[in-house]
Amino acid sequence: MKQEEVNFEKQNQFTLTMIPGSFARKMRTCVIWQFIRFIAINIKMLIVVSKSH
Amino acid sequence: MARLIVMGGGVSGHTAATFAKKWLGNEHEVVVVTPNSQWNWIPSNIWVGVGQMTKEDVVFPLAPVYEKAGIDFRQAKAVSIHPHGNKESDKEYITIEYTGQGKEGQTETIEYDYLINATGPKLNFDATPGLGNGKGQMGNNTVSVCTADHAIHANLELQQIFEKAKKGERQKILVGTGHGMCTCQGAAFEYIFNIEHEAKKAGVRDMIDIKWISNESFLGDFGMGGLHMKVGGYVVSSKLFAESLFSERNVPWIIGAHVSKVEEGKAHYELLDGTTGVEEFDFAMLIPPFAGVGFKAYDKEGEDMTDVIFAPNGFMKVDAKYDAGAYENWKASDWPRTYQNPTFKNMFACGIAFAPPHLISKPASSVNGTPINPTPPRTGMPSGIIGKAVAHSVCDMIKNGAENAHLHEASMAEMGAACVASAGKGLTTGTAAAMTVYPVVPDFEKYPGTGRDTDYTFGEIGLAGHWIKHILHHMFIYKAKLKPGWTLVPE
Repeated sequence: MKQEEVNFEKQNQFTLTMIPGSFARKMRTCVIWQFIRFIAINIKMLIVVSKSH
Repeated sequence: MARLIVMGGGVSGHTAATFAKKWLGNEHEVVVVTPNSQWNWIPSNIWVGVGQMTKEDVVFPLAPVYEKAGIDFRQAKAVSIHPHGNKESDKEYITIEYTGQGKEGQTETIEYDYLINATGPKLNFDATPGLGNGKGQMGNNTVSVCTADHAIHANLELQQIFEKAKKGERQKILVGTGHGMCTCQGAAFEYIFNIEHEAKKAGVRDMIDIKWISNESFLGDFGMGGLHMKVGGYVVSSKLFAESLFSERNVPWIIGAHVSKVEEGKAHYELLDGTTGVEEFDFAMLIPPFAGVGFKAYDKEGEDMTDVIFAPNGFMKVDAKYDAGAYENWKASDWPRTYQNPTFKNMFACGIAFAPPHLISKPASSVNGTPINPTPPRTGMPSGIIGKAVAHSVCDMIKNGAENAHLHEASMAEMGAACVASAGKGLTTGTAAAMTVYPVVPDFEKYPGTGRDTDYTFGEIGLAGHWIKHILHHMFIYKAKLKPGWTLVPE
Protein backbone atom coordinates (compact mmCIF):
# COMPACT_ATOMS: atom_id res chain seq x y z
CA MET A 1 0.00 0.00 0.00
CA LYS A 2 1.28 3.47 -0.83
CA GLN A 3 2.25 5.64 2.12
CA GLU A 4 -0.51 8.17 1.43
CA GLU A 5 -3.17 5.45 1.53
CA VAL A 6 -2.20 4.03 4.93
CA ASN A 7 -4.15 6.50 7.02
CA PHE A 8 -7.38 6.12 5.01
CA GLU A 9 -7.82 2.79 6.78
CA LYS A 10 -7.19 4.10 10.28
CA GLN A 11 -10.31 6.22 10.84
CA ASN A 12 -13.64 6.55 9.10
CA GLN A 13 -13.19 10.32 9.35
CA PHE A 14 -10.11 10.13 7.15
CA THR A 15 -11.68 8.30 4.23
CA LEU A 16 -13.47 11.35 2.84
CA THR A 17 -10.48 13.64 2.97
CA MET A 18 -7.54 14.26 0.64
CA ILE A 19 -4.12 13.06 1.75
CA PRO A 20 -1.03 14.32 -0.07
CA GLY A 21 1.06 11.86 -2.04
CA SER A 22 4.78 11.34 -1.70
CA PHE A 23 5.68 14.03 -4.27
CA ALA A 24 3.59 16.70 -2.50
CA ARG A 25 5.11 15.70 0.85
CA LYS A 26 8.67 15.83 -0.46
CA MET A 27 8.12 19.26 -1.96
CA ARG A 28 7.05 20.57 1.46
CA THR A 29 10.55 20.13 2.80
CA CYS A 30 12.53 20.40 -0.47
CA VAL A 31 14.89 23.26 0.40
CA ILE A 32 15.23 24.61 -3.16
CA TRP A 33 11.47 24.61 -3.85
CA GLN A 34 10.70 25.98 -0.40
CA PHE A 35 13.19 28.82 -0.89
CA ILE A 36 11.24 29.81 -4.00
CA ARG A 37 7.97 29.55 -2.03
CA PHE A 38 9.57 31.57 0.79
CA ILE A 39 10.11 34.46 -1.62
CA ALA A 40 6.61 34.10 -3.11
CA ILE A 41 4.83 33.88 0.27
CA ASN A 42 6.75 36.87 1.61
CA ILE A 43 5.74 38.97 -1.39
CA LYS A 44 2.09 37.96 -0.93
CA MET A 45 2.23 38.71 2.79
CA LEU A 46 3.86 42.10 2.21
CA ILE A 47 1.04 43.01 -0.19
CA VAL A 48 -1.57 42.06 2.43
CA VAL A 49 0.34 43.93 5.14
CA SER A 50 0.61 47.06 2.95
CA LYS A 51 -3.13 46.93 2.17
CA SER A 52 -3.91 46.66 5.89
CA HIS A 53 -2.05 49.69 7.24
CA MET B 1 1.40 68.25 29.50
CA ALA B 2 -1.12 65.50 28.85
CA ARG B 3 -0.95 62.04 30.34
CA LEU B 4 -1.86 58.87 28.45
CA ILE B 5 -2.27 55.67 30.44
CA VAL B 6 -2.04 52.38 28.59
CA MET B 7 -3.44 49.49 30.60
CA GLY B 8 -1.70 46.34 29.40
CA GLY B 9 1.71 45.67 27.92
CA GLY B 10 1.06 42.85 25.44
CA VAL B 11 1.23 43.04 21.66
CA SER B 12 -1.45 45.72 21.35
CA GLY B 13 -0.67 47.74 24.48
CA HIS B 14 3.09 47.70 23.91
CA THR B 15 2.59 48.81 20.30
CA ALA B 16 0.24 51.61 21.38
CA ALA B 17 2.49 52.83 24.20
CA THR B 18 5.75 52.78 22.26
CA PHE B 19 4.34 54.54 19.19
CA ALA B 20 2.50 57.08 21.35
CA LYS B 21 5.72 57.93 23.19
CA LYS B 22 7.65 58.21 19.93
CA TRP B 23 5.05 60.58 18.46
CA LEU B 24 4.41 62.61 21.64
CA GLY B 25 8.04 62.99 22.71
CA ASN B 26 8.89 64.38 26.14
CA GLU B 27 6.20 67.06 26.05
CA HIS B 28 3.63 64.54 27.18
CA GLU B 29 3.59 61.57 29.50
CA VAL B 30 2.92 57.92 28.64
CA VAL B 31 2.30 55.51 31.52
CA VAL B 32 2.05 51.74 31.07
CA VAL B 33 0.28 49.72 33.75
CA THR B 34 0.76 45.99 33.41
CA PRO B 35 0.98 43.27 36.05
CA ASN B 36 3.76 41.49 34.18
CA SER B 37 7.43 42.37 34.48
CA GLN B 38 8.20 40.67 31.16
CA TRP B 39 6.98 40.96 27.60
CA ASN B 40 6.06 37.62 26.06
CA TRP B 41 6.01 36.77 22.35
CA ILE B 42 3.03 34.48 22.86
CA PRO B 43 3.01 32.82 19.39
CA SER B 44 6.30 31.08 20.27
CA ASN B 45 4.96 29.64 23.55
CA ILE B 46 3.95 26.51 21.64
CA TRP B 47 7.65 25.83 21.03
CA VAL B 48 8.35 26.23 24.76
CA GLY B 49 5.51 23.76 25.31
CA VAL B 50 7.34 21.06 23.36
CA GLY B 51 10.81 21.85 24.69
CA GLN B 52 12.11 23.45 21.50
CA MET B 53 12.56 26.88 23.09
CA THR B 54 13.20 28.11 26.61
CA LYS B 55 11.25 30.76 28.46
CA GLU B 56 14.20 33.13 27.99
CA ASP B 57 13.79 32.79 24.22
CA VAL B 58 10.24 34.17 24.31
CA VAL B 59 10.31 36.84 27.05
CA PHE B 60 12.34 39.90 27.98
CA PRO B 61 12.11 42.38 30.88
CA LEU B 62 9.97 45.44 30.16
CA ALA B 63 11.50 47.88 32.66
CA PRO B 64 14.78 48.64 30.78
CA VAL B 65 12.92 49.00 27.46
CA TYR B 66 10.44 51.47 28.94
CA GLU B 67 13.20 53.34 30.75
CA LYS B 68 15.06 53.77 27.46
CA ALA B 69 11.86 54.95 25.74
CA GLY B 70 10.97 57.39 28.53
CA ILE B 71 7.75 55.54 29.39
CA ASP B 72 6.60 55.48 33.02
CA PHE B 73 6.25 51.77 33.80
CA ARG B 74 4.07 50.60 36.69
CA GLN B 75 4.14 46.87 37.34
CA ALA B 76 0.60 46.73 38.62
CA LYS B 77 -2.86 45.60 37.69
CA ALA B 78 -5.46 48.23 36.97
CA VAL B 79 -8.45 47.70 39.24
CA SER B 80 -11.01 50.41 38.54
CA ILE B 81 -11.74 53.35 36.29
CA HIS B 82 -13.21 56.63 37.56
CA PRO B 83 -14.01 58.61 34.40
CA HIS B 84 -15.77 61.44 36.31
CA GLY B 85 -13.21 61.68 39.10
CA ASN B 86 -14.54 61.61 42.66
CA LYS B 87 -16.28 63.90 45.11
CA GLU B 88 -13.13 65.95 45.65
CA SER B 89 -12.03 66.32 42.02
CA ASP B 90 -13.45 66.13 38.53
CA LYS B 91 -10.20 64.71 37.18
CA GLU B 92 -10.52 61.21 35.75
CA TYR B 93 -8.28 58.54 37.26
CA ILE B 94 -7.69 54.81 37.60
CA THR B 95 -6.76 52.80 40.64
CA ILE B 96 -3.97 50.26 40.43
CA GLU B 97 -2.60 47.53 42.66
CA TYR B 98 1.12 46.83 42.39
CA THR B 99 2.35 43.33 41.62
CA GLY B 100 6.06 44.17 41.60
CA GLN B 101 8.70 46.93 41.83
CA GLY B 102 8.91 46.29 45.59
CA LYS B 103 5.38 47.63 46.15
CA GLU B 104 3.41 44.37 45.91
CA GLY B 105 -0.14 44.77 47.21
CA GLN B 106 0.02 48.58 47.47
CA THR B 107 -2.75 50.53 45.79
CA GLU B 108 -2.44 53.89 44.08
CA THR B 109 -4.47 56.25 41.92
CA ILE B 110 -3.20 57.74 38.66
CA GLU B 111 -4.95 60.61 36.92
CA TYR B 112 -5.22 60.50 33.15
CA ASP B 113 -6.19 62.64 30.18
CA TYR B 114 -6.43 59.69 27.79
CA LEU B 115 -6.84 56.01 28.53
CA ILE B 116 -6.13 53.01 26.30
CA ASN B 117 -7.43 49.65 27.50
CA ALA B 118 -5.19 46.92 26.10
CA THR B 119 -5.32 44.45 28.94
CA GLY B 120 -5.82 41.37 26.81
CA PRO B 121 -8.05 38.65 28.22
CA LYS B 122 -8.62 37.01 31.53
CA LEU B 123 -7.93 33.30 30.99
CA ASN B 124 -11.28 32.12 32.29
CA PHE B 125 -10.32 28.57 33.30
CA ASP B 126 -13.09 28.42 35.90
CA ALA B 127 -15.78 28.68 33.20
CA THR B 128 -15.36 24.91 32.82
CA PRO B 129 -15.49 22.91 36.07
CA GLY B 130 -12.20 21.09 36.51
CA LEU B 131 -10.35 23.16 33.91
CA GLY B 132 -9.68 25.80 36.55
CA ASN B 133 -8.81 25.43 40.22
CA GLY B 134 -11.84 27.41 41.40
CA LYS B 135 -9.63 30.37 42.22
CA GLY B 136 -9.25 31.75 38.72
CA GLN B 137 -6.11 29.79 37.88
CA MET B 138 -5.48 26.71 35.78
CA GLY B 139 -6.33 23.45 37.53
CA ASN B 140 -4.27 20.27 37.78
CA ASN B 141 -6.16 18.20 35.24
CA THR B 142 -4.86 19.83 32.06
CA VAL B 143 -2.02 22.02 30.86
CA SER B 144 -1.98 25.28 28.90
CA VAL B 145 0.39 27.17 26.58
CA CYS B 146 -1.25 30.57 27.10
CA THR B 147 1.71 31.93 29.10
CA ALA B 148 5.41 31.10 29.03
CA ASP B 149 5.20 29.57 32.52
CA HIS B 150 2.21 27.46 31.51
CA ALA B 151 4.19 26.27 28.48
CA ILE B 152 7.17 25.24 30.62
CA HIS B 153 4.83 23.18 32.79
CA ALA B 154 3.17 21.70 29.69
CA ASN B 155 6.54 20.56 28.34
CA LEU B 156 7.52 18.91 31.63
CA GLU B 157 4.27 16.95 31.57
CA LEU B 158 4.68 16.13 27.88
CA GLN B 159 8.18 14.74 28.37
CA GLN B 160 6.80 12.38 31.03
CA ILE B 161 4.26 11.16 28.49
CA PHE B 162 7.05 10.53 25.98
CA GLU B 163 9.04 8.65 28.63
CA LYS B 164 6.08 6.40 29.44
CA ALA B 165 5.55 5.79 25.71
CA LYS B 166 9.21 4.83 25.36
CA LYS B 167 8.69 2.25 28.11
CA GLY B 168 5.87 0.73 26.09
CA GLU B 169 2.88 2.29 27.88
CA ARG B 170 0.30 3.49 25.34
CA GLN B 171 -0.59 7.18 25.93
CA LYS B 172 -3.56 9.34 24.95
CA ILE B 173 -3.18 13.03 24.21
CA LEU B 174 -6.11 15.43 23.82
CA VAL B 175 -5.63 18.98 22.53
CA GLY B 176 -8.15 21.68 21.67
CA THR B 177 -10.60 24.06 23.30
CA GLY B 178 -11.87 23.70 26.85
CA HIS B 179 -15.26 25.38 26.45
CA GLY B 180 -17.93 25.98 23.83
CA MET B 181 -17.11 29.72 23.63
CA CYS B 182 -13.34 29.59 23.18
CA THR B 183 -11.24 31.42 20.66
CA CYS B 184 -7.55 30.88 19.78
CA GLN B 185 -8.08 27.54 18.03
CA GLY B 186 -4.91 28.41 16.09
CA ALA B 187 -2.70 28.02 19.17
CA ALA B 188 -4.17 24.60 19.91
CA PHE B 189 -3.80 23.68 16.22
CA GLU B 190 -0.11 24.58 16.36
CA TYR B 191 0.43 22.75 19.62
CA ILE B 192 -1.16 19.48 18.52
CA PHE B 193 0.95 19.29 15.37
CA ASN B 194 4.12 20.25 17.19
CA ILE B 195 3.44 17.45 19.69
CA GLU B 196 2.87 15.07 16.79
CA HIS B 197 6.12 16.21 15.15
CA GLU B 198 8.10 15.83 18.38
CA ALA B 199 6.57 12.40 19.06
CA LYS B 200 7.80 11.27 15.65
CA LYS B 201 11.26 12.65 16.33
CA ALA B 202 11.32 10.85 19.70
CA GLY B 203 10.32 7.61 17.99
CA VAL B 204 7.16 7.20 20.08
CA ARG B 205 4.44 8.28 17.62
CA ASP B 206 3.14 4.73 17.28
CA MET B 207 2.63 4.53 21.04
CA ILE B 208 0.64 7.76 21.32
CA ASP B 209 -2.96 8.40 20.28
CA ILE B 210 -3.44 12.08 19.58
CA LYS B 211 -6.94 13.57 19.30
CA TRP B 212 -8.36 17.04 18.61
CA ILE B 213 -11.43 18.46 20.32
CA SER B 214 -12.83 21.88 19.48
CA ASN B 215 -15.89 24.08 19.44
CA GLU B 216 -15.59 24.73 15.70
CA SER B 217 -18.53 23.46 13.67
CA PHE B 218 -16.02 22.37 11.01
CA LEU B 219 -12.27 21.88 11.01
CA GLY B 220 -10.50 24.99 9.72
CA ASP B 221 -13.10 27.47 11.04
CA PHE B 222 -10.50 29.14 13.33
CA GLY B 223 -13.15 31.52 14.66
CA MET B 224 -13.25 33.31 11.31
CA GLY B 225 -15.91 31.20 9.68
CA GLY B 226 -13.12 29.45 7.79
CA LEU B 227 -11.60 30.89 4.65
CA HIS B 228 -11.54 30.11 0.96
CA MET B 229 -8.33 29.94 -1.02
CA LYS B 230 -7.42 29.54 -4.68
CA VAL B 231 -5.51 26.30 -5.11
CA GLY B 232 -4.84 24.44 -8.36
CA GLY B 233 -7.45 26.49 -10.20
CA TYR B 234 -10.13 25.82 -7.58
CA VAL B 235 -11.50 28.04 -4.84
CA VAL B 236 -11.57 25.71 -1.83
CA SER B 237 -12.52 25.89 1.83
CA SER B 238 -9.98 25.72 4.66
CA LYS B 239 -12.05 22.74 5.86
CA LEU B 240 -10.53 20.58 3.12
CA PHE B 241 -7.00 21.57 4.01
CA ALA B 242 -7.47 21.18 7.76
CA GLU B 243 -9.09 17.75 7.36
CA SER B 244 -6.29 16.75 5.00
CA LEU B 245 -3.60 17.70 7.50
CA PHE B 246 -5.34 15.94 10.39
CA SER B 247 -5.80 12.80 8.27
CA GLU B 248 -2.23 12.86 7.01
CA ARG B 249 -0.90 13.12 10.58
CA ASN B 250 -3.33 10.47 11.91
CA VAL B 251 -5.11 12.87 14.27
CA PRO B 252 -8.86 12.16 14.57
CA TRP B 253 -11.15 14.98 15.66
CA ILE B 254 -14.20 15.80 17.74
CA ILE B 255 -15.76 19.06 16.57
CA GLY B 256 -18.77 21.12 17.58
CA ALA B 257 -17.89 20.22 21.17
CA HIS B 258 -18.45 22.13 24.39
CA VAL B 259 -16.20 20.69 27.10
CA SER B 260 -18.55 20.82 30.06
CA LYS B 261 -16.37 19.30 32.80
CA VAL B 262 -12.83 18.06 33.23
CA GLU B 263 -11.73 15.44 35.72
CA GLU B 264 -8.40 13.73 36.20
CA GLY B 265 -7.86 11.95 32.89
CA LYS B 266 -11.37 12.67 31.57
CA ALA B 267 -13.01 15.41 29.53
CA HIS B 268 -16.80 15.46 29.43
CA TYR B 269 -18.31 17.15 26.41
CA GLU B 270 -21.59 18.00 24.71
CA LEU B 271 -21.93 18.06 20.94
CA LEU B 272 -24.06 20.23 18.66
CA ASP B 273 -26.50 17.34 18.19
CA GLY B 274 -27.08 17.30 21.95
CA THR B 275 -25.29 14.02 22.59
CA THR B 276 -22.68 13.85 25.31
CA GLY B 277 -19.46 11.91 25.64
CA VAL B 278 -16.33 11.42 27.68
CA GLU B 279 -12.83 11.42 26.26
CA GLU B 280 -10.08 9.89 28.35
CA PHE B 281 -6.56 11.26 28.25
CA ASP B 282 -3.15 10.98 29.85
CA PHE B 283 -2.22 14.52 28.78
CA ALA B 284 -4.54 17.32 27.71
CA MET B 285 -3.97 20.90 26.63
CA LEU B 286 -7.31 22.68 26.47
CA ILE B 287 -7.45 26.41 25.74
CA PRO B 288 -9.66 28.27 28.26
CA PRO B 289 -12.34 30.74 27.18
CA PHE B 290 -11.44 34.43 27.37
CA ALA B 291 -13.25 37.11 29.34
CA GLY B 292 -12.55 40.73 30.16
CA VAL B 293 -10.16 41.18 33.07
CA GLY B 294 -12.96 42.34 35.37
CA PHE B 295 -12.49 46.08 35.72
CA LYS B 296 -14.99 48.07 37.67
CA ALA B 297 -16.00 51.61 36.77
CA TYR B 298 -17.40 54.12 39.26
CA ASP B 299 -19.04 57.51 38.91
CA LYS B 300 -18.33 60.63 40.95
CA GLU B 301 -20.49 59.41 43.81
CA GLY B 302 -18.79 56.03 43.87
CA GLU B 303 -21.75 54.25 42.27
CA ASP B 304 -20.98 51.29 40.01
CA MET B 305 -21.20 52.25 36.32
CA THR B 306 -19.29 49.28 34.89
CA ASP B 307 -22.09 48.45 32.45
CA VAL B 308 -21.78 51.88 30.83
CA ILE B 309 -18.20 51.22 29.74
CA PHE B 310 -18.02 47.45 29.53
CA ALA B 311 -20.09 44.77 27.81
CA PRO B 312 -21.42 41.91 29.97
CA ASN B 313 -18.42 39.74 28.98
CA GLY B 314 -16.09 42.34 30.51
CA PHE B 315 -14.68 43.70 27.24
CA MET B 316 -14.78 47.46 26.62
CA LYS B 317 -17.52 48.92 24.45
CA VAL B 318 -16.23 50.78 21.41
CA ASP B 319 -17.73 52.19 18.20
CA ALA B 320 -19.18 48.85 17.09
CA LYS B 321 -22.80 48.11 16.22
CA TYR B 322 -23.82 45.97 19.18
CA ASP B 323 -27.48 45.69 18.20
CA ALA B 324 -27.00 44.03 14.81
CA GLY B 325 -29.34 41.22 15.82
CA ALA B 326 -29.55 37.90 14.03
CA TYR B 327 -26.80 36.40 11.85
CA GLU B 328 -28.71 37.29 8.68
CA ASN B 329 -28.40 40.99 9.59
CA TRP B 330 -24.67 41.00 10.28
CA LYS B 331 -22.57 43.32 8.15
CA ALA B 332 -18.90 44.15 7.89
CA SER B 333 -19.82 47.69 8.92
CA ASP B 334 -20.87 46.40 12.37
CA TRP B 335 -17.19 46.16 13.25
CA PRO B 336 -15.50 49.08 15.02
CA ARG B 337 -13.31 51.49 13.10
CA THR B 338 -11.78 53.87 15.69
CA TYR B 339 -12.12 51.81 18.93
CA GLN B 340 -13.24 54.91 20.81
CA ASN B 341 -15.60 54.36 23.73
CA PRO B 342 -19.00 55.85 22.76
CA THR B 343 -19.54 57.44 26.19
CA PHE B 344 -16.06 58.69 27.07
CA LYS B 345 -14.25 60.08 24.06
CA ASN B 346 -10.84 60.01 25.79
CA MET B 347 -11.07 56.26 26.26
CA PHE B 348 -10.09 53.61 23.68
CA ALA B 349 -9.66 49.85 23.62
CA CYS B 350 -7.44 47.70 21.43
CA GLY B 351 -6.44 44.09 20.96
CA ILE B 352 -8.52 41.49 22.74
CA ALA B 353 -9.80 44.12 25.21
CA PHE B 354 -12.43 45.62 22.87
CA ALA B 355 -15.88 44.07 22.77
CA PRO B 356 -16.60 42.68 19.29
CA PRO B 357 -20.11 43.34 17.95
CA HIS B 358 -20.79 39.64 17.40
CA LEU B 359 -19.12 36.44 16.27
CA ILE B 360 -17.43 36.06 12.90
CA SER B 361 -18.30 32.36 12.59
CA LYS B 362 -21.92 31.41 12.09
CA PRO B 363 -23.50 31.07 15.54
CA ALA B 364 -24.48 27.61 16.66
CA SER B 365 -25.87 25.97 19.74
CA SER B 366 -26.64 22.41 20.71
CA VAL B 367 -30.19 21.11 20.68
CA ASN B 368 -30.06 21.61 24.46
CA GLY B 369 -29.42 25.32 23.91
CA THR B 370 -25.72 25.34 24.84
CA PRO B 371 -23.86 27.86 22.66
CA ILE B 372 -21.02 26.08 20.85
CA ASN B 373 -19.20 28.45 18.55
CA PRO B 374 -15.77 30.02 18.37
CA THR B 375 -15.56 33.64 19.48
CA PRO B 376 -13.71 36.10 17.20
CA PRO B 377 -9.90 36.10 17.23
CA ARG B 378 -8.40 39.57 17.81
CA THR B 379 -4.76 38.66 18.26
CA GLY B 380 -1.53 39.02 16.30
CA MET B 381 -1.36 41.36 13.34
CA PRO B 382 -4.83 42.98 13.76
CA SER B 383 -4.05 43.53 17.43
CA GLY B 384 -0.84 45.42 16.60
CA ILE B 385 -2.43 47.45 13.80
CA ILE B 386 -5.34 48.46 16.03
CA GLY B 387 -2.93 49.42 18.84
CA LYS B 388 -0.97 51.66 16.47
CA ALA B 389 -4.13 53.28 15.03
CA VAL B 390 -5.49 54.01 18.50
CA ALA B 391 -2.16 55.51 19.59
CA HIS B 392 -2.23 57.68 16.45
CA SER B 393 -5.72 58.95 17.28
CA VAL B 394 -4.78 59.79 20.87
CA CYS B 395 -1.64 61.62 19.74
CA ASP B 396 -3.67 63.69 17.25
CA MET B 397 -6.22 64.48 19.97
CA ILE B 398 -3.46 65.62 22.32
CA LYS B 399 -1.68 67.71 19.70
CA ASN B 400 -4.65 69.14 17.80
CA GLY B 401 -7.34 69.15 20.46
CA ALA B 402 -10.02 66.52 20.86
CA GLU B 403 -12.50 68.41 18.67
CA ASN B 404 -10.20 68.87 15.67
CA ALA B 405 -8.37 65.57 15.75
CA HIS B 406 -8.63 63.01 13.01
CA LEU B 407 -9.45 59.59 14.41
CA HIS B 408 -7.49 56.85 12.68
CA GLU B 409 -9.35 53.78 11.51
CA ALA B 410 -8.45 50.11 11.57
CA SER B 411 -11.54 48.03 10.94
CA MET B 412 -11.03 44.28 10.99
CA ALA B 413 -13.47 44.17 8.09
CA GLU B 414 -11.04 46.23 6.01
CA MET B 415 -7.69 44.85 7.08
CA GLY B 416 -6.03 41.58 6.29
CA ALA B 417 -3.98 39.33 8.50
CA ALA B 418 -0.96 37.17 7.92
CA CYS B 419 -0.85 34.09 10.09
CA VAL B 420 1.78 31.39 10.27
CA ALA B 421 0.72 28.25 12.13
CA SER B 422 3.60 25.96 13.01
CA ALA B 423 3.15 22.26 12.38
CA GLY B 424 6.60 21.22 13.59
CA LYS B 425 9.96 22.88 14.27
CA GLY B 426 13.21 22.17 12.45
CA LEU B 427 15.51 24.09 10.10
CA THR B 428 15.08 21.55 7.29
CA THR B 429 12.33 19.30 8.66
CA GLY B 430 9.88 21.85 10.08
CA THR B 431 6.63 22.86 8.44
CA ALA B 432 4.07 25.58 9.00
CA ALA B 433 0.85 26.68 7.37
CA ALA B 434 1.44 30.19 6.03
CA MET B 435 -1.87 31.95 5.52
CA THR B 436 -3.24 35.36 4.75
CA VAL B 437 -6.85 36.46 4.90
CA TYR B 438 -8.22 39.64 3.43
CA PRO B 439 -10.21 40.98 5.13
CA VAL B 440 -10.25 39.29 8.55
CA VAL B 441 -14.00 39.80 8.92
CA PRO B 442 -15.74 38.69 5.73
CA ASP B 443 -17.53 41.40 3.80
CA PHE B 444 -20.26 39.73 1.75
CA GLU B 445 -21.40 43.05 0.27
CA LYS B 446 -17.98 43.78 -1.21
CA TYR B 447 -17.01 40.18 -1.92
CA PRO B 448 -20.23 38.23 -2.56
CA GLY B 449 -19.53 34.52 -2.43
CA THR B 450 -16.71 33.88 -0.01
CA GLY B 451 -16.78 37.27 1.75
CA ARG B 452 -13.07 37.75 1.09
CA ASP B 453 -10.75 38.70 -1.76
CA THR B 454 -9.43 35.35 -3.00
CA ASP B 455 -6.47 37.09 -4.66
CA TYR B 456 -5.16 37.98 -1.20
CA THR B 457 -6.50 35.04 0.81
CA PHE B 458 -4.23 32.06 0.49
CA GLY B 459 -2.51 29.34 2.45
CA GLU B 460 0.06 26.63 1.98
CA ILE B 461 2.02 24.32 4.22
CA GLY B 462 5.74 23.78 4.00
CA LEU B 463 9.22 24.50 5.25
CA ALA B 464 9.01 28.08 3.93
CA GLY B 465 6.22 28.76 6.43
CA HIS B 466 8.41 27.48 9.24
CA TRP B 467 11.26 29.75 8.20
CA ILE B 468 8.85 32.70 8.12
CA LYS B 469 7.52 31.89 11.60
CA HIS B 470 11.05 31.66 12.95
CA ILE B 471 12.07 34.95 11.34
CA LEU B 472 8.91 36.63 12.66
CA HIS B 473 9.83 35.40 16.17
CA HIS B 474 13.15 37.25 16.05
CA MET B 475 11.77 40.24 14.14
CA PHE B 476 8.93 40.98 16.56
CA ILE B 477 11.08 40.55 19.66
CA TYR B 478 13.62 42.91 18.05
CA LYS B 479 10.85 45.41 17.38
CA ALA B 480 9.39 45.09 20.88
CA LYS B 481 12.81 45.78 22.38
CA LEU B 482 12.81 49.08 20.42
CA LYS B 483 16.13 48.32 18.80
CA PRO B 484 17.36 50.57 15.94
CA GLY B 485 14.88 50.73 13.07
CA TRP B 486 12.06 49.13 15.13
CA THR B 487 9.42 51.32 13.52
CA LEU B 488 10.25 49.83 10.11
CA VAL B 489 9.02 46.40 11.18
CA PRO B 490 5.32 46.24 10.32
CA GLU B 491 2.79 45.10 12.90
